[in-house]
Amino acid sequence: MRNTLACARNSFRLLTAIALFSCFLPASADVDTGRQLYRSYCSQCHGLDGTGNGINAPHLEVAPRNHTDRSEMITRTDEELFKAISEGGQSINKSVLMPNWGKTLTEEQITDIITFLRALCCLDL
Amino acid sequence: MTTYPFKLYVAFSTALLMSKVVAAGVPEVATSCQSCHSFETPAAIVEQNLQNRIAPPLYFAGNKFRRGWLIDWLQSPSQIRPSGTFYAMHTSTVDGEDFVDEGSLIPHTAVGSAEAEELADWLMTLTPKAELIAAEANYTPGNVSPRLGAMDFVKFKGCGGCHRDTPEYGGLSGPELYTAWQRLQPGYIVSYMREPAAWDSLSTMPNRAMGDIQIHKLTDYLKTLSGED
Repeated sequence: MRNTLACARNSFRLLTAIALFSCFLPASADVDTGRQLYRSYCSQCHGLDGTGNGINAPHLEVAPRNHTDRSEMITRTDEELFKAISEGGQSINKSVLMPNWGKTLTEEQITDIITFLRALCCLDL
Repeated sequence: MTTYPFKLYVAFSTALLMSKVVAAGVPEVATSCQSCHSFETPAAIVEQNLQNRIAPPLYFAGNKFRRGWLIDWLQSPSQIRPSGTFYAMHTSTVDGEDFVDEGSLIPHTAVGSAEAEELADWLMTLTPKAELIAAEANYTPGNVSPRLGAMDFVKFKGCGGCHRDTPEYGGLSGPELYTAWQRLQPGYIVSYMREPAAWDSLSTMPNRAMGDIQIHKLTDYLKTLSGED
């Protein structure tokens, strides 16, 4: 009985977390599309698992952001992330090594990447 | 014996099957090239998935490469892209750190001198992007200080994050650039830097929105690396 209650409580917490998380995302945002785009355009520096250890990372003078670091990622708004991806690191006073993708990716694609980043940092994927 | 990941076999097999249906217009000498390279039109390229790409498209090879380099390289090919055409396909993760799985890279086939010349001659006829090259006619090759050029390449523009400008230094996801001048036509280098997607809609090179002066300075740096006067 105790196990059943604990299980129900955990399920409720998980559903609540997902519901709250969903409130902050655009309706069209797509985690799976974001995951594919991340693999194509971000993983070479930020790593296949998003921890900042991509194949280029050892050769960069500034370490790429660890996107799985929840404490860091929750300090960034979606608008900041969008600006960094679209206009590059310099636009938010970060490294020039983070390029601008706004002329390569559509706004919708960038939004999908942000959706994936939020899932990566704050949900167990 | 080298063992390749299953996903590579799948991609290679798919490309091989695809090659059977796009043979029109491709001479016999280049038939086997279609196993990995695409000679298809840009419209067809859009439909491809970057994540299954195992070799760069060659439908604009005549606008891109230098004939002499093609002839030499086809006889003695070396790895231009340290992590393959699509890096994620050749990347493995151990203890949270990514590395290039060099065993998964498929070496390019070498051909004899006569075949290399025949292939190069045909590849140089593939020039559907001539207007992009013509648009860069105002570029006059020059040299820059190697030290200032390297600083611009690495620190100011961030190119070194993905590309190597020496065999020892730079990122691994993009093609090496220390032989770029010998390999590529100047007009192609300038045009590709200006707008990579105009050449390849699946390019993972960002468009840095640079002006003529910035692009020409970087191109001059690649020339300087070649040692050519």
